[in-house]
Amino acid sequence: MTAVRRKSNTPPVSASPFPYNPGSLLSVNDLSLDELNHILERATALEKQDPLTRDRILIKRRVALLFYEASTRTRTSFELAAKALGADTALVSNLSSSIEKGESLKDTGLNLRALGAEAIILRHSLSGGAWLLEESTRLPVLNAGDGMHEHPTQALLDLRTILAHLVPNSGKSVGKKVGPIAGPETLAGVTVTITGDILHSRVARSNMLLLPRLGAQVLLCGPKELLPEIAVAETPGVRIERDFEAALSRSRVAMMLRIQAERLAGLQLDLDEYKAGYQLTGERLARLAPKAVVMHPGPIIRGLEITGGVADGPQSAILEQVTHGLAIRMAVIERALGAGRTEKRV
Amino acid sequence: MSPTSAIAIKGGHLIDPGTGIDAPKDILLKDGRVAEVAAPGKLKQAAGAQILDAKGLVVAPGLIDIHVHLREPGQGYKETIATGTAAAAAGGFTAVAAMPNTIPVNDSPEITRWMQSPERGASVRVFPIGAATRGSKGETLNDFAALKAAGCVAVTDDGHPILKDSVMRDTLAAASRVGLSVIQHAEDTRMTVGASMNVGPVAFRLGLRGMPVEAESGLVERDIRLVQDLRSDKVHLHVAHTSTSKAIEAVRQARRNGLRVTCEVAPHHFLLTDEHVGHYDTHCKMNPPLRSAADRDAMLEAIMDGVVDAIATDHAPHASHEKEVEFERAPNGITGLETALGLCLAWLHREAKMPLGRVLSLLSAQPAAVLGLRGRGTLAVGSFADVIVFDPNVEWVYRAAEGKSKSRNTPFDGWTMLGKVRWTVSEGRVVYGN
Ligand SMILES: [Zn+2]
Repeated sequence: MTAVRRKSNTPPVSASPFPYNPGSLLSVNDLSLDELNHILERATALEKQDPLTRDRILIKRRVALLFYEASTRTRTSFELAAKALGADTALVSNLSSSIEKGESLKDTGLNLRALGAEAIILRHSLSGGAWLLEESTRLPVLNAGDGMHEHPTQALLDLRTILAHLVPNSGKSVGKKVGPIAGPETLAGVTVTITGDILHSRVARSNMLLLPRLGAQVLLCGPKELLPEIAVAETPGVRIERDFEAALSRSRVAMMLRIQAERLAGLQLDLDEYKAGYQLTGERLARLAPKAVVMHPGPIIRGLEITGGVADGPQSAILEQVTHGLAIRMAVIERALGAGRTEKRV
Repeated sequence: MSPTSAIAIKGGHLIDPGTGIDAPKDILLKDGRVAEVAAPGKLKQAAGAQILDAKGLVVAPGLIDIHVHLREPGQGYKETIATGTAAAAAGGFTAVAAMPNTIPVNDSPEITRWMQSPERGASVRVFPIGAATRGSKGETLNDFAALKAAGCVAVTDDGHPILKDSVMRDTLAAASRVGLSVIQHAEDTRMTVGASMNVGPVAFRLGLRGMPVEAESGLVERDIRLVQDLRSDKVHLHVAHTSTSKAIEAVRQARRNGLRVTCEVAPHHFLLTDEHVGHYDTHCKMNPPLRSAADRDAMLEAIMDGVVDAIATDHAPHASHEKEVEFERAPNGITGLETALGLCLAWLHREAKMPLGRVLSLLSAQPAAVLGLRGRGTLAVGSFADVIVFDPNVEWVYRAAEGKSKSRNTPFDGWTMLGKVRWTVSEGRVVYGN
């Protein structure tokens, strides 16, 4: 090896052109703290609003749901959210004919646009699908999960769940001033541990990007096969703690992930060993984190990463997450179609 | 213009790394060969020749790209031999070596001859490279003597690395017996299943499976051991599109041990990193993939140090509809023939301060030497009349849409290039003029 490295200029990486459409939500990184607060505020306002006036907000607006992966919770959540605002929805899934016949994502997107879709909600099995669709159609695209990459609305609903438990007064009036719901210090001192199949998890990636921006410390926990060291190479505020019990004892939030058998790609994993090391049991929870909020993006595999008792127990916020999801998705759909802007806080 | 008419290139500054000339010279091309090189105004046999006024310009041997995919036979919608060689001429190349991963695979003298036939309409010389194994399936060796007799200048299963030790050993031995080089696309594909970019923090962030650097270096090291075991100075291994510091170190060590091991590096591997993939830019998807900044710097350093024998583009055209898909579904490869010179002059010569003669050598004399292309890559009297005349100081912006290649899959669209080709002369014919 030559000892001295030459100092030569090298070509810079150009700035990302994404998102092309200001209504898009491709990555949690697309949101400034102001926009994040706006979404959280609107989520609360829409949740409280009378359903009979709420469904005028997007009346007769057209929202397409394009789902290349089976998904019950996310699809239903988006669909109910759009309908709650009065929008017309059209569902296109990978079981429908044109996709099955090999039509490209670009062409499917262009056809939906030609049919009058004003925004597309995309769930895709490959990382980056939402970026391709947005570039091709220039429509507002809401990323409902792309491969192993991101799932921004999940991170937003997770944040809303965490705030509801740990910072219940955020955004409420303090004296005369209404403070922001989420600022850089809002989660200062809060440790969130994400445990399990980090490598294949878009939920983990979005949360790793979002939560540290609000001051949270994120710990990632899991065996090397599911959590390579490079996971934290470029993420400030995120560290690896392989000892699940050590991580748990420091956590205010324990977020558990399922093992994505469909993405393991030949990886061999001893499930008994995994359970011994990383399963969230009632005993562990009582001993190490009796006050922690237990979260899981679903679907849960009872008896694998989490016991049924913990999932159903008093510390579990798993079903609250689902409810928060509906509110968050109403807010991002409203944002995608440019409605609700007049109510933006000055 | 008929190849027999004479061309006198006058008033230029001749740089010929092969003969070491770096001085104002006039040069006369006649009957497809270099007929005379003389001091300015002193050509003796130039009467009646067409004059190319090269005042203020550099005159150099035509460039040679030893790694291109011309896509014919079989994939004329991506590129044809005619369009690919037109792109080559526009980029200053007068000879290209065409990889055998066509459809069908070029594993026969018939296809080799078909590729060289005048009906293909090639602007510059095409040297086919034959498949090492039948159908590039890595099992049964082809008849190397027959491939060579038909015009092949090397053998490779580019894109389908030869993994079996015994097959690679037999390939090296059999090729050496007929005087052919073996080119290996070094990738242990058992380590890159489902991977679409370099392993590392960027791949993790993008949720893409990564190719480890050891998939490349491990196979290079294996191949070098096989060369060593064969104990013959006729065995020649050439490592295609080297992209990792570890592989370069293996080549460096093999050379110290006196083995005939050479390597090439593509412009994108000494200029770009995996960060350039940005948000799934399929124009930054190729194999080997763009690597880390450390590996990119190591490629640049290895070029400066002289470990790298040649710059080769791995010109790999694909239709736009093939690249406008999900990153993991997109085919590997980018075009390169029309950007190589402009990038090398901008980044090796101007930024990294490599002398112009060395840059040109890496693009002409040295690649000719790697594949033993006699009479190419030099302007010595009697050599083929393969010449480029270019202005080394002109900056221009490359627009892929205005290129000669049939495809536009390049990450360098809109980049500022240094050095503009004025004329490309291939075997005595002006094949590109601007
Ligand atoms: Zn290759």
